[in-house]
Amino acid sequence: MEKPILTGEMFTQGDIAAAEGALAAGCRFFAGYPITPATEIAERMAYRLPRIGGRYIQMEDEIASCTAVVGASYSGLKAMTATSGPGVSLMNETIGLAAMTEAPMVLVNVMRGGPSTGQPTEASQSDIMQAKWGSHGDYEIIALIPSSVQEMFDLTIRAFNLSEQYRVPTFVLADEIIGHMRERLIIPPEDELEIINRKKPTVPPEEYLPFKPETDLVPPMATFGEGYHFYATGLTHDQKGYPVMTDEAQLALVPRLCDKIRKNADKITQAESTETEDAEILLVAYGGEARTAMRAVKDARAEGMKIGLFRPISVWPFPKDQLKDAAANAQQVIVAELNYGQLVGEVERIIRNEVPVHFIPRVCGTPHTPDELMKEIRRRIK
Amino acid sequence: MTETSRISTIEEHPILEYIRRDRLPHIFCSACGIGTVLQSFATALRSLNYDMDNMVIISGIGCTGRASGYFAADSYHTTHGRAIAFATGVKVANPKLKPVVISGDGDLFAIGGNHFIHAARRNVDMLVLCVNNFNYGMTGGQMGPTTPVSAITVTSPDGNIEHPFNLVSVAAASGAVFVARWTALHARRLTKSIEKALQKKGFTFIEVVSPCPTLYDRYNRHGTGLEVMKKYREISVIRNFSDPMQAEIDYRTRIVCGEFVDSEKPEFSDLLEEHGKKLQKGD
Ligand SMILES: Cc1ncc(C[n+]2csc(CCOP(=O)(O)OP(=O)(O)O)c2C)c(N)n1
Ligand code: SF4
Ligand SMILES: [Mg+2]
Repeated sequence: MEKPILTGEMFTQGDIAAAEGALAAGCRFFAGYPITPATEIAERMAYRLPRIGGRYIQMEDEIASCTAVVGASYSGLKAMTATSGPGVSLMNETIGLAAMTEAPMVLVNVMRGGPSTGQPTEASQSDIMQAKWGSHGDYEIIALIPSSVQEMFDLTIRAFNLSEQYRVPTFVLADEIIGHMRERLIIPPEDELEIINRKKPTVPPEEYLPFKPETDLVPPMATFGEGYHFYATGLTHDQKGYPVMTDEAQLALVPRLCDKIRKNADKITQAESTETEDAEILLVAYGGEARTAMRAVKDARAEGMKIGLFRPISVWPFPKDQLKDAAANAQQVIVAELNYGQLVGEVERIIRNEVPVHFIPRVCGTPHTPDELMKEIRRRIK
Repeated sequence: MTETSRISTIEEHPILEYIRRDRLPHIFCSACGIGTVLQSFATALRSLNYDMDNMVIISGIGCTGRASGYFAADSYHTTHGRAIAFATGVKVANPKLKPVVISGDGDLFAIGGNHFIHAARRNVDMLVLCVNNFNYGMTGGQMGPTTPVSAITVTSPDGNIEHPFNLVSVAAASGAVFVARWTALHARRLTKSIEKALQKKGFTFIEVVSPCPTLYDRYNRHGTGLEVMKKYREISVIRNFSDPMQAEIDYRTRIVCGEFVDSEKPEFSDLLEEHGKKLQKGD
């Protein structure tokens, strides 16, 4: 049997790193449907999973893929799918079901240009809001955005950990730049990896209430075949899991589904601040775009400009407090994204009108160059 | 006096051990065919003494979709049409589990049609039990993929002009290894077919033609649920192993019932396991 964790160094692609991260996290089920630029994840899983005792299945579409993942998760396996925007559009139905029935699952979205079929082979960051609001109703998900091949690996592990811990669908939102970029990946030895598994019930089946939360607002999870004989439904349900159509039931359930993420946000959010202490200008960028932004910050510092970079790593929940800290001395905030204005709205919401928030959009398949960012920064701060 | 003492000696209903008692009474209308189907299913479980730790009962959305919530088993109520995709995930993730999908004609063949044909093609081990009442019951009696030509429903108020599916023919053509059709009148034969299907490994399909006296049968002036059952007795014929393509389903003339397919084919989760074992050995 091949090793599930390929400890060592390799020179590889972001998509492959996501697949290896998933295996290292304990993922043993993948269901998907081919789509550029995420296909390499499926291809890697189709090769690797059967060799390590896992299961790969190519489904008839993304609706089926995501639903099979939820079925596998409820059957006790750590399970994932990988796709791009058009596939996420189809999966949104099941993401709502997974949120409602609290199924741990990981979805890697390697973002390409949209809307619709858009630019299949080009980079984009235009599914940021789709990840948060894609399905109907009030719910929360977690979304992490990697900026390197190493982070594709690390954050896929973290996505599994968070998804298991909070029983919530978790996205790895990668742009095509990171998905297809090749660089060094270091896979640590197994005993250096922190792996979190879902909480299991500690009571006998007769006493088990499948949707009764503990103090962290997360209920322990029995899985099929363990003798618990529980029921789960996408309908509003009580702690037994039974459908109940009352105001009280909705009120006991939906706020909890949101609050288990909102109230634990301090444990979930992740961000990186570079040279922000004395920064008068705060640049905000993430994913592939953050690498360009980092270069721009270095160049600007060399010219004597007091500029820093804030990089949200978890976009949902958004690292509010970390942004406020990073922007403490800023006189202006500049947000650069590979879209026509998405996360900038969240930044504005947090900065309020305290200082101006400028936006540098880009709606074509390539990232900004550092020079372009510099030019824009100079123009905006004049 | 005698009345009371007689009642007190009646044993508990034989299928109650399979039912979530705390969910009764159920939501189904009286004389609805769904009740018969659930009764037959529970009876089959009992006669097989089925190990309920190895079964997952899954349904989609609809009146029939509520079925999964009444069984004292691991059970899951998916979104509309997705029960089979969910069941595929269950079977592949844990091959010791037997998924049973109980859902309606609209759920399984309109919104979920693609999942049906592909799970049958792959031959994923599961029993799919379809309650065919020729309409969307839960949403108030609209036409769907099984509604006969000229039938009246709330979205075909002047008569349906679409050609319906013949479900057993779809199942057979897609690769199901067991295909049967009964009406809600054939409770005992239905139970036997369920027993057979549960003992087979592969994609098995049973269609149960069922009254919906509240909607479909009322709009089409078929009378009470009892009258619909009488009509089933009049027009149904049993033609085991006849060509499912020819299995007529016409309320005015004939409903052909029976077991049409009972064949063997390697099952998907077995194939996956075998494939994996070979690769793990390095073959
Ligand atoms: C995505 C989606 N579309 C539509 C509906 C509304 N809906 C609920 S049940 C149903 C049809 C059910 O018909 P069928 O499967 O035949 O079941 P029956 O009620 O007749 O047993 C529809 C359209 C829904 N719940 N979800
Ligand atoms: S509406 Fe029709 S299908 Fe639904 S429970 Fe009533 S009789 Fe049965
Ligand atoms: Mg129906």
